[in-house]
Amino acid sequence: MLLHRLRLLPFLPAYVAVYFLFLYLPILLLPVFSFNDAATTTLPLAGFTTKWYASLWGNTVLLQAARNSLIVGVCVALISTILGICAARAITRYRFRGQRPATGLIMAPLFLPEIIVAVSLLMIVLQMGLELSLVTVILGQVVFCIPYSMSVLVSGFEGFDRSLEEASYDLGETAIGTFRRVTLPVVAPAIVSSLLVTFTISLDEFILAFFLSGTEPTLPVYIWGQLRFAAKLPGVLALGSLMILASVVLLTVAEVMRRRAERRTQATLVP
Amino acid sequence: MPDRPMISIENVSRYYGTYRALDDVSLEIGAGEFFSLLGPSGCGKTTLLRSIAGFDVPTAGEIRIDGTPCTLLPANRRPTNMVFQNYAIFPHLDVGENVAYGLKRLKLDAAEERRRVSDALDQVRLTGLDKRKANELSGGQRQRVALARALVMRPKVLLLDEPLSALDKKLREQMQVELRSLQKAVGITFILVTHDQYEALALSDRIAVMFGGRIAQVATPKEIYQRPRTRMVADFLGGMNFLQARLTSERSGSVSVETARFGTINLERPKGFAPTNGHVTVGIRPERLRLLWDDERAPHELVGRVENRAYFGEVTHLTIGVDGLEQPLSMVETNDYGADDLPLGAEIRLAYDPDAFVLLSEDERGARM
Repeated sequence: MLLHRLRLLPFLPAYVAVYFLFLYLPILLLPVFSFNDAATTTLPLAGFTTKWYASLWGNTVLLQAARNSLIVGVCVALISTILGICAARAITRYRFRGQRPATGLIMAPLFLPEIIVAVSLLMIVLQMGLELSLVTVILGQVVFCIPYSMSVLVSGFEGFDRSLEEASYDLGETAIGTFRRVTLPVVAPAIVSSLLVTFTISLDEFILAFFLSGTEPTLPVYIWGQLRFAAKLPGVLALGSLMILASVVLLTVAEVMRRRAERRTQATLVP
Repeated sequence: MPDRPMISIENVSRYYGTYRALDDVSLEIGAGEFFSLLGPSGCGKTTLLRSIAGFDVPTAGEIRIDGTPCTLLPANRRPTNMVFQNYAIFPHLDVGENVAYGLKRLKLDAAEERRRVSDALDQVRLTGLDKRKANELSGGQRQRVALARALVMRPKVLLLDEPLSALDKKLREQMQVELRSLQKAVGITFILVTHDQYEALALSDRIAVMFGGRIAQVATPKEIYQRPRTRMVADFLGGMNFLQARLTSERSGSVSVETARFGTINLERPKGFAPTNGHVTVGIRPERLRLLWDDERAPHELVGRVENRAYFGEVTHLTIGVDGLEQPLSMVETNDYGADDLPLGAEIRLAYDPDAFVLLSEDERGARM
């Protein structure tokens, strides 16, 4: 039936091909040109080199930015996952007044224009007389990462069967022991997945970091600064390629962990 | 009544707001008894089981386990263990680790722990499967792991929350036999929650039938089936023909009632029997009515017509219309003489034994312990 209909629409495969080309060709060009032995991004390619990657290592400003991104990423991942655990547990375990509005409000940053939120956060930070620093970047990004963290965790916690904890109490374990020996191991893959997703988002995030970072740029802010100089472009491409690679690896691992978490919690439900 | 109560439940009530999940329940369960809590969903049987396990705290009343008051004792400090309805096998642990879960807290030496785990697995016939992953188990195996995990703790009381309801019919019947022999082997008190009357009848030493948060009757399977006290108990435990009757005489040990077509019946007088304005309900089980063939004669006969017939393989269920009775009678006949071939509308004669009638109380709250 479906095959039949697809044959009637011969342009569908072509449409899909164009769609993917449009989506991924520019991203594929990034690593291609990052290995190109020329200072400009023009065809034909001039020859293979790894010198742009080598040049990244000697660049102390860049390394500083990478360090900043790492600090911010780790902090954002930890804070938003911890807060996400609380929210996801409340939503999946309890029924309370205002549950739906609360869930909506936690998820809302996903749909708010990021630049507006960034500007209002900047205004508040300045009003309060705080210095712009990595701390302000972390706080801003946490707001945006909690929805992602919560979605991942809710899907991991949803199938978590309350009777597992009851079985643990029943077998003599204490509340803390139950959390350590049952709850945590069963939901651990979901938590790891949330950490990886939020770290990746933080690593790639530009607008909030741009507004709130002050004199300590993160990697995306550093790249933005480098784009003014045409000569720096190949180095930026090399850096960009590395960041894409890191993101793809992290998100793949996160998805694998999330599915494992789902399987694990569902395994208890199948009789 | 048990000689030594392992569980005493004294006037236990559990309210959720104004809803009474348990309404002044009192019960004693003996040491080594296989006891079933039987009733429809929402009757309070699971709430009562969870109160014994320590997962639910009664609003009022007291629960004693082996003489020790336990009403407020948390689940992890009670000498009870539970087999959950969905088995609650820890998904991140293998079979051996699941069974050893509770033992870890006892800090046994490694050899002793291993011996107890393998003994428990032998008991439920899962020998050698200790390295099996939780998600590689069949439904029956999961149930055995849940049993082993509870029994390895050597509880005074094993609680079973509808443990067979997730299994298919064949496996369920096999597990019933095993559960019964397991209980006899370990000798501890088993308390089973079920809504399946055949399961309760087949497994239990005694059964408590519950409706609406109250216990309607506690008795042995045979007594509860043959001598149900109330209409609801009789109805829940299988087919029953109910007849309206008029009380004609009342003595200390027995009563006489007058029925439309069965004449005067003398019945044993149940404990606490109090008729309302002379009208009572009596009942007779379908299998206690018997078809008479050819010129066979019986001291008590009745004439009727076949109104409906349902073939069940080894037996046939018949609905017999009798002039002068409001409701047709149901009966169950073996197929030895051709009950499965009786045409609809056929005139038949049936025999009954007046001693098979029971006097039933209408009010499900009338019959108390």
